[in-house]
Amino acid sequence: MQSVTVVNKKRVQIKPGIIFIYVVLFGWALTTIYSLFWIVNNSFKVSRDVMNSSFKLAFDPVMVNYTNAFDRINIGRSYLNSLIMSGGTVLLVLLFGGLAAYVLSRFQFRGRRALFSILYASLLIPAFATVVPVYELLIKWEIVNTYGGLIFPQTAGNLTFAILVLAGYMSTIPKELEEAAFMDGCNRLTLFMRVLLPISRPAFASAAIFVFLWSYNDLFSALIFVSAEEVRPIVALLSEISSQYGTDFGLMATAVSLTVIPVLIVYLFIQKYIEKGLTEGAIKG
Amino acid sequence: MMKGDRKYILMFLLPAAAFLTIFLYYPFFKSLYLSFFRTSGFYSKTFVGFDNYSRMFSDDLLGAATLHTLELMLYVIVFQVGIALLLAILVDNIKWGKGFFRMVFFFPVVISGTAIALLFVLFYNFQFGLLNTILQDMGFNKVNWLSESMALKAIAIPTVWHYVGFYFVLFLTAMSKIPSDFYEAAKLEGISGFKKTFLLTIPLILSDIKVVITLAITGTLKVFEFIFVLSRGQNGTEVLGTYIYKKALVDQNFGYGSTIAIYIVVFGVVLSLLANRLLKRDEITY
Repeated sequence: MQSVTVVNKKRVQIKPGIIFIYVVLFGWALTTIYSLFWIVNNSFKVSRDVMNSSFKLAFDPVMVNYTNAFDRINIGRSYLNSLIMSGGTVLLVLLFGGLAAYVLSRFQFRGRRALFSILYASLLIPAFATVVPVYELLIKWEIVNTYGGLIFPQTAGNLTFAILVLAGYMSTIPKELEEAAFMDGCNRLTLFMRVLLPISRPAFASAAIFVFLWSYNDLFSALIFVSAEEVRPIVALLSEISSQYGTDFGLMATAVSLTVIPVLIVYLFIQKYIEKGLTEGAIKG
Repeated sequence: MMKGDRKYILMFLLPAAAFLTIFLYYPFFKSLYLSFFRTSGFYSKTFVGFDNYSRMFSDDLLGAATLHTLELMLYVIVFQVGIALLLAILVDNIKWGKGFFRMVFFFPVVISGTAIALLFVLFYNFQFGLLNTILQDMGFNKVNWLSESMALKAIAIPTVWHYVGFYFVLFLTAMSKIPSDFYEAAKLEGISGFKKTFLLTIPLILSDIKVVITLAITGTLKVFEFIFVLSRGQNGTEVLGTYIYKKALVDQNFGYGSTIAIYIVVFGVVLSLLANRLLKRDEITY
């Protein structure tokens, strides 16, 4: 009997603090979870119901917004455009960034430190500072409103970050590994492909994720370089919806849901890589 | 150095160097060059010396955009970094559910700002928005969330919410790197709870707090989509990002637009240096 009261006493002492902590944490968690639930729930209602009873569960879901999203505003097309352009950007950034990072981290040569200084300095150049001349260049080359019109500037915009992250990771790989492979008759290129690349996979993975997210979410560049209907990515479509269909609440909820849900599902699968990238201090962009 | 390395150095650096030169360095210096010209479209331009710069200093709209950006920056530093730090401290102190909170708090970061902005269009709508529905159900009057007096604050909320999770994870990571013997020593001294947080945890992650504040400052300079989708820069919400979009790309005023671009770069560099300076002084006091 006595031991029970002791236990109770202890609990009473700990409880208030811990409960408070969990209340705050669940409170914040609710803002992220409930917002998502609210938007998905409303995507299955007609606009009138979104307006009048947005908290009610959509017990008999209607698909009209989804058919509208695919037929009227062709969200599928924008999806495809986003995937192609962001995927292309990631590929170019990883390929060229990886090669440059390899040289900068594994070779000793004159001017190496200067190159690093230049790279750090270029982190200070925002897209705003280059947009006019880049736009002029793209017009001259006639690639405005083509996939390349977004891929090329975004590749340049993300390269610095990727090079610094990848070079940071590669410089921690022991030199002996390379020397052994060199003895086996590898040249620099096969060395890169067979030794550096596989070992640096975590760094490549986290760089890829962040470059993809930044590219996929970059509204500013999309509005300027690829605004035409056939090539515009999903963010440009979303901004168009807000001005064109600003009163169609159901359609807006559906468009947001369709943009958000696939990304979240992918996120749940690759979450550990993102955490790894952030944990290793690689990504502070 | 191995034999033939020079060839590989050039070959491997070339693609990246080409991209950076064509799409980053050349355009940057071209912007600097254009900032001294009065332009009409891409094809005619006249050298005007520092005219654009003197126009800039008397441009009230640019001044307003700068002030709005600074106000937004204040909210971001206080609330985004503050909430992220608070949440990280709390999660660091619990045993159950750490992974869950890490996952859930990061949700908004992976969602595009444009989608979040559209979500808040539905929250803030005057007639039928979520917030006004709640207010009406509780018997209050509807509020015009995007009016002159409130719009910037209303837009600051999704801006802050978007990236709290990012800084939260950075803080939590920094805290997990603190060696456990520090905490054991503190325990022996009888230091716990809030005292432990303020005497031990925060001083030990101060360098990470500095990095995060610098990121928050440079990040706020790039804010664009929240303003563009929610208010188009109306009602006292014009920031530097939306202003340059209007001047340089909607009005196609490339000369003056470039001047503003240079201004934003200088503004960003000055703010970053200033932040580093101020925060350095703080560190000495510990």
